[in-house]
Amino acid sequence: MKKIMTGNEAIARGAYEAGCKVAAAYPGTPSTEILENIANYKEIYSQWSVNEKVALEVAGGASIAGARALCAMKHVGLNVAADPLFTLAYTGVNGGLVVVTADDPGLHSSQNEQDNRYYAIHAKAAMIEPSDSQECLDFAKYAFTLSEEYDIPVLLRVTTRICHSKSLVNMGSRQDVGVKEYKKYAAKYCMIPAFAKRRHPVVEQKLKKLREYSNKIPLNRIEWGDKKVGIITSGISYQHAREVMGDNASYLKIGLSFPLPEKLIREFASGVEKLYVIEESEPYMETFVKSLGIKCIGKDVFPICGELNPEILEKVLRPETSRNTYTLDMEIPSRPPVLCAGCPHRGMFYTLKKYKDVIVTGDIGCYSLSIMPPLDVTHTLICMGAGISAGIGFEKALTLAHNGKKVFGCMGDSTFFHSGITSLIDAVYNKSEMAVIILDNRITAMTGHQQNPGTGKTLSGDISPVIDIEQIVRAVGVKGENIRVVDPYDLTETQEAVEKAYEAVEPFVIIAKRPCALIKEVQKMRATLKCTINQNKCTSCKMCLKIGCPAIAFKDDVMVIDQASCNGCTLCMQVCRFDAIERLGE
Amino acid sequence: MPLKGWVSEMTKSLILVGVGGQGTILTSKILAEGLLKLGFDVKMSEIHGMAQRGGSVNTQIRFGKKVHSPMISMGEANLLVAFEKVEAIRYLDYLKPGGTLIVNDHEIYSLPVLAGKEKYPEKAIEKLEKLVENIVIIKAADIAKDLGNIRAQNMVLLGAAVKLLEILDLDWVDLIKDNLPQKFHEININAFNAGVKQA
Repeated sequence: MKKIMTGNEAIARGAYEAGCKVAAAYPGTPSTEILENIANYKEIYSQWSVNEKVALEVAGGASIAGARALCAMKHVGLNVAADPLFTLAYTGVNGGLVVVTADDPGLHSSQNEQDNRYYAIHAKAAMIEPSDSQECLDFAKYAFTLSEEYDIPVLLRVTTRICHSKSLVNMGSRQDVGVKEYKKYAAKYCMIPAFAKRRHPVVEQKLKKLREYSNKIPLNRIEWGDKKVGIITSGISYQHAREVMGDNASYLKIGLSFPLPEKLIREFASGVEKLYVIEESEPYMETFVKSLGIKCIGKDVFPICGELNPEILEKVLRPETSRNTYTLDMEIPSRPPVLCAGCPHRGMFYTLKKYKDVIVTGDIGCYSLSIMPPLDVTHTLICMGAGISAGIGFEKALTLAHNGKKVFGCMGDSTFFHSGITSLIDAVYNKSEMAVIILDNRITAMTGHQQNPGTGKTLSGDISPVIDIEQIVRAVGVKGENIRVVDPYDLTETQEAVEKAYEAVEPFVIIAKRPCALIKEVQKMRATLKCTINQNKCTSCKMCLKIGCPAIAFKDDVMVIDQASCNGCTLCMQVCRFDAIERLGE
Repeated sequence: MPLKGWVSEMTKSLILVGVGGQGTILTSKILAEGLLKLGFDVKMSEIHGMAQRGGSVNTQIRFGKKVHSPMISMGEANLLVAFEKVEAIRYLDYLKPGGTLIVNDHEIYSLPVLAGKEKYPEKAIEKLEKLVENIVIIKAADIAKDLGNIRAQNMVLLGAAVKLLEILDLDWVDLIKDNLPQKFHEININAFNAGVKQA
């Protein structure tokens, strides 16, 4: 049966058809929908894990026990999961183990542009790269077999344009391989130094065998066309190159990115006149080709930064092509993403904005939008967890500099479970004077509303225990008098808590608790709640614009609140000095 | 008819642009499924994640006998559907000379505009009309509002797009039903039909 699918849907389908039994992930764009789609297949046990390291350990354990297992993450997630990955390469697998890494060239929704192909070399795991949705399905399936055949974890590397592009896919049926027998085998699965020392040469041996096979593996193929130009390429870059050059070039399409096929590359290079290596991000394949003593053109003409596209390739490969288009000489406003109307984070950032002598260390999530004007309060944003831990260091350095600024570290509920708890323990243990704000909106919001340990539901929608953030905060040693749970829709209550935190000389935690305005149940409950401007009282002082709500506008010389997007959070009402905003609905 | 003669072996490109939350992705999905039913190879590229929070968004569809890249180059789009006026201008350089522009006569102020830091341009439509020969202006938001819900504006634009692409010869109503919960069927089908009439 044929269907149009995203790369992520197709990977899920491939895992299903391969007889995958266990899947785990932490949400992260562009990888999130892989597990969401796997969850639709009831034959696979699937779960959201608290972070990527845990997810990979869950999948690794399942693999050793004999099940075909998959875990998925965005590129930076693999930094978190690197620890188990490197040693799972030593233990090898029992059931096939596939680790999806979704890279984000172009930084559509990430904090860096790292190229995870280097992880394959570094961790000594095989790596496979599909070029469209059909290959996502086929390669995912193949990855399980390869993993078992070579006793090695297989990295399935995709990029945003593969994950989120749709193309036609031919589906097959599920091959139920069951769960393989598990036998205790400490010398393989217990990596104490004595055993690990013996496993390392085994890994090298496996890679040598796979390196040889890479010259014949069906994932790598030569497509002969005009031999004046030869192109070595992989992933989405293959599609762009094909689009631009068609049959006017020959292609070596790499599907197995590690180990790379030396003989095949030599054969291809000797068959063409001019050799290009076309790849997004780093010169990963180019460096390898050059190490073989083969001349090629790569990053000297194609950019390292950002995505590639047909247009970029065309300018290099067919510079004679000219493109006309329309241009309208007109200045247009920018349109950055913003905190939604009714977003519960707004109240907290508006309150922090009032303090001129605070440093806010931020984290990954919707609240990263607090960087944007008019709120514009956040000073740092590095990675998951750094909202607290970078704050600890910031505060220590400020103290040494005799700078009296107060540090507030902010992160969301899901991020707190992901890697905030250890940071908070660090803050308490090292007697930090920073304040921590946990923006608990009861969901993993930025990636599109996934469940987390605080929501009381699992990936499959089953009811599960709600992990209480306040209890955790108490348990790690924050004193009761230094904990405040507030509703960020209530500015008075929020202001009082921030003031207390500002004055505290011990670790202080504010939990700002209010569900995301976009949660379906919340939308339904608040559907009739609206704020509206009483034009008789409004002086157009524009005070309400300072909260940065996209529902409020100064249009045709009057203040207006867009009734379609307003959810009656009343923040604007609370900041209005003229009682000119009224609330409608119950 | 501006797009007449498009059924050929050449790959065609469409781009839908708007503001996160306007329904561009769903519209593209229905359009892509329709093109597939007509027997084309179809690729579609969309970006989700952070941009959905009220940012500028675009989805790209390419169709033909055999499509390789899902991405559209400048000056390549045969049809540009803009769900918002400023977004029409932002993505105008994707439109191929002689290509068709459908623009929703609707303004959404971005935060820098709301905050008074940047200005929303005046007479955008008039300027577009002077420049682009094949332009279709539709008050999709108003039409949808009159039908009962502004959120159906995307189906008004879908109706206009399939009319101009001359691919009305397909059960689009069926595809709309497949992609939406039953309680929204009526308004969205009405919106679609209104769009067909407008184009």
